[in-house]
Amino acid sequence: MDSAISVHGLRKAYADVTAVAGLDLEVRKGEVFALLGPNGAGKTTTVEILEGYRRRDAGEVRVLGEDPGKAGAAWRARVGIVLQGTGEFDELTVAEVVRHFAGFYPTADDPDRVIARVGLTEKARSRTRTLSGGQKRRLDVALGIVGRPELLFLDEPTTGFDPEARREFWELIRDLASAGTTILLTTHYLDEAETLADRVGVIARGELVEVAPPSRLGDRHRAPATVAWRTAEGAVEATESETPTALVAELAARFGGEVPGLTVTRPTLEDVYLRMIGEKA
Amino acid sequence: MIGLAQRQGALEIRQFLRSRESVVFTMAFPVIMILIFASIFTWDITPGVSFTQYFVTGMIATGLMTVGFQSLAIQIPIERDRGVLKRLRGTPMPPWVYFAGKVVMVAAIAVVEIVVLLAVSVGLFGLELPSTVGKWLTFGWVTLLGLTACTLCGIAFSSVSRTARGATATATPVALILQFISGVFFVFTDLPAWMQQVAAVFPLKWMCQGLRSVFLPDAFAAQEPAGSWELGKVALILAAWCAIGLVLCLRTFRWSLDR
Repeated sequence: MDSAISVHGLRKAYADVTAVAGLDLEVRKGEVFALLGPNGAGKTTTVEILEGYRRRDAGEVRVLGEDPGKAGAAWRARVGIVLQGTGEFDELTVAEVVRHFAGFYPTADDPDRVIARVGLTEKARSRTRTLSGGQKRRLDVALGIVGRPELLFLDEPTTGFDPEARREFWELIRDLASAGTTILLTTHYLDEAETLADRVGVIARGELVEVAPPSRLGDRHRAPATVAWRTAEGAVEATESETPTALVAELAARFGGEVPGLTVTRPTLEDVYLRMIGEKA
Repeated sequence: MIGLAQRQGALEIRQFLRSRESVVFTMAFPVIMILIFASIFTWDITPGVSFTQYFVTGMIATGLMTVGFQSLAIQIPIERDRGVLKRLRGTPMPPWVYFAGKVVMVAAIAVVEIVVLLAVSVGLFGLELPSTVGKWLTFGWVTLLGLTACTLCGIAFSSVSRTARGATATATPVALILQFISGVFFVFTDLPAWMQQVAAVFPLKWMCQGLRSVFLPDAFAAQEPAGSWELGKVALILAAWCAIGLVLCLRTFRWSLDR
C-alpha cells in the first residue's frame, strides 16, 4: 500500500456548523504534503481527526493502514504530532522533557541528538518557561520527532519563528523527508508550502478544492504572464500575454533597446491560492 | 509497567517541588493554620483533651484532602487547558500512566506532609503519637482510604470546570466549606444538627473522626455524635466515596474539551 493517509467522504459538524463537508485526500508514503486554507476552512478539524483526537461523523479514514479513531499505542508510536499551541512543562528543562517523552516510544531517537537537530542544545538545561516563542515551538517539534515517526503531522509549525529559524526548520524538514518520513503540514505561509511540499492541497469550506504540486496549482504554470512597463509618458502599462517573450521583443524594438520598468511575472502561489479560496467563499 | 508509573511519578514530583507556590500552598498552609489556631484557642474541650489536639487531627485530614482533592481538581484542568493532556494523548503512553503519576505524587506529598504535621503537633502542641499497634493500623487505613477517596474525587472534579480559572474558583470553596462543616475549625458536635447531617455525607467528617480515634484518648469517644468512634462506618463511607469517585472518573474524565 502506497498511501500513508487515505480519506474518503470525511464529514464533521459541530452543532449546526459543518466543519468538513465530504473531504477526500490521499497522501503518499514518503511525501511532504501541505494543507493550505483560511482559518475556519476545516484544516485543523481534518488534521485532528487524522491524528485520532476527534471523532468523525462520516467517511473512511486510514492513517498508516489503521483507523485513527480506534488505533492504539502501537499506531501512536509510528505517528509524530506537533499541535498548534501545545502545553508546556514550565518547571522542567528542555532535556528533561525530551528525555521523558523519548521514554514513551519503543524505538526513540537519542534525546540529545533530537535537541541538537532542532537547535536547542544551548537551551537543553534551561527550564522550558524561559524559552522564547520560537524556541518553545522547536521543543514542540523535538517532542514530535523524538519517537522517530513514520508519519509526522505539523500544524502551523513555524508560527513565531524569525526568518533564520524558519530556514533552519525547513532544513530539518527536508532532512526528515529525505530519510523517508511522510509529512503532513498545515501552514499559512505560502512560501513554506512552496519550498517544502511535494504537493499542496487547498481546503475551503470543508472541502479539498484542489491538489497539485505547488508549481502547478490552479494551472499556474500555464497561466498567462503579465508584462508591465513604463510608457514614454511615465504611466505603467500592463498586459496579460500567452507569448510574453514575443511581446518583450516587440517592446524592445519599439523602445529601441531597454524597456523602462520592464517586469514579466507569472501568478504566484499566493495569487492562485487567494483566487481559489475567493471563488469558494 | 512499573517503570512507566515510576518515571511519570518522578516527573510529577519534580514539577511539584519546583513550583514554589504549590509547595507553599499544600505543605506550609496546614502548618501555618495549626500555629495560628493553637495560639488562639488554648482551652480544653474536655479535661485532658485540648482544642489544639482536636484541631490538629482535623488539619491532618484537611492536609490529605488538600493534597488529594484540591490539588488535582485544580492542577488537572490547568494541564488540560494548556494542552498537556492532549500532548500526552498523542504519544503511545498508556492513559493510566498519567493517573499513576498523579497518584505517586499525591502519595509522596501526603507522606511528607503527615510527617511534618505530626512533628509540629507533637513537638509544639503536646499531641501524643499512637501508643498501640492497633491505633497505628487505624491511622494507616484511615489515611489510605481517605486519601484514595480524595484523589479519585479530585480527578473526577477536574471534569466539572471547563477552564483552569473556573476549576480554582469551584474547588477551593468546596474544600473550604467542607472544612467548616466537618469539624476541622470547630468541635463537630457544637455544630447545628443539620450541618452535621450534611457533613456526614462527605468524606472529610469521617476522616477527621477516624483520626481522632487514633490521636485522642479513648474516653473522648463519648463526645462523638454517636458516642463512639464508629470506625466501621468510617471505613464504609470512605470506601463508598472511593467507589463513587472511581465511577465518576471513568465516566466523565476528559482529555480535552474538543469533540
